[in-house]
Amino acid sequence: MEYISLFVKSIFIDNMIFAYFLGMCSYLAVSKSVKTATGLGIAVIFVLLVTLPINYLLNEHVLKPGALAWAGLPDVDLSFLSFIIFIAVVAAITQIVEMVVEKFAPTLYSQLGIFLPLIAVNCAILGGSLFMQERDFINVGEATVYALGSGIGWFLAIVTLAAIREKMEYSNVPAALKGLGITFITVGLMAISFMTFMGIQL
Amino acid sequence: MSDINFKEVLLKPIFKGNPVTVLVLGICSSLAVTVQLKGACVMALSVIIVTGLSSFVVSILRNSIPNRIRIIVQLVVVALMVILVDQILKAYSYAISKSLSVYVGLIITNCIVMGRIEAYALGNKPIPSLLDGLANGAGYGLILVVVAFFRELLGSGTLFGYRIIPQSFYDAGYMDNGLVILPPMALILLGLIVWIQRSIQKDLQEK
Repeated sequence: MEYISLFVKSIFIDNMIFAYFLGMCSYLAVSKSVKTATGLGIAVIFVLLVTLPINYLLNEHVLKPGALAWAGLPDVDLSFLSFIIFIAVVAAITQIVEMVVEKFAPTLYSQLGIFLPLIAVNCAILGGSLFMQERDFINVGEATVYALGSGIGWFLAIVTLAAIREKMEYSNVPAALKGLGITFITVGLMAISFMTFMGIQL
Repeated sequence: MSDINFKEVLLKPIFKGNPVTVLVLGICSSLAVTVQLKGACVMALSVIIVTGLSSFVVSILRNSIPNRIRIIVQLVVVALMVILVDQILKAYSYAISKSLSVYVGLIITNCIVMGRIEAYALGNKPIPSLLDGLANGAGYGLILVVVAFFRELLGSGTLFGYRIIPQSFYDAGYMDNGLVILPPMALILLGLIVWIQRSIQKDLQEK
């Protein structure tokens, strides 16, 4: 039951984009067509789903104050290393995903272009790990559910924005507002609509 | 290469090629810390330091980094700088460090830092790279501070925590706009900033 609650919460209420602005760069740049947006969204879900449990275990058994007790070093506190360890894990996983996509889906690979390697610097991925560290999940299961939920939330957000932007091609936007400006405002309005989920308790 | 125009390197990222509003880099972390002006200033300063120093270091190393693994080398350099900034913040202003929460760590993945390293520091000498990094950090910081200024003023009637809108206004029925504090308004404010900038600089408009 807690899992379902956490899952729904991380998709809608704590949505990566609308509540925390994580992963904005690629969110704005790759949301011009629904097809590419779907590809990137799936890549983000996948990378989150793999990195977060790994980072959780690392945090729990290596980095936390006293976490090295199993190795006979109960006084060691390596938490200051967490940024560098997390980002190394993220970068390595991204590299693997990139190679797999290049091999099995070359069209998707050419469409995603520079943004696939940039998943490594996608704030949503590292942000997920850092929020996981801050929130002290009790076991790997929670961390995984949180990863899946946040990934799906990000996916939903980018696909809806891409759909709206495809439609917006036909509307008459003031010249100075075209492109970036109107996209920001659209995202703002979407965020307001997502805020209606606030306070839902399961 | 020898006659690099320092003035251009310094000024371009702040207005004409602003990393946030023109290049669309680094929006990730920029908005969440703009509820309070104080947090935004600290964040801006941290980003300036990190972009400057990591561009500088990568530029020194640029001839010895193998191309295939350059992303990971860059990430390690950036992560090192961010850890330094984070530790200093924790030591000297713990309250602010707590209120910025994960966003200090997220400077690592701030696209500005990586973007400038990829686009500039890998092909230029250390000193221009340092300036380029500092200037881009400043361009980012400027947007951050402007957004935070309006959000704090309209949202809580204060600046840096000091009351700006006098009590008599509240007595006369003025109310703080609670919506400005919430995340969506940061996006809309940024949209408006882009609108203003592009109305002035017509050549930036998209077709």
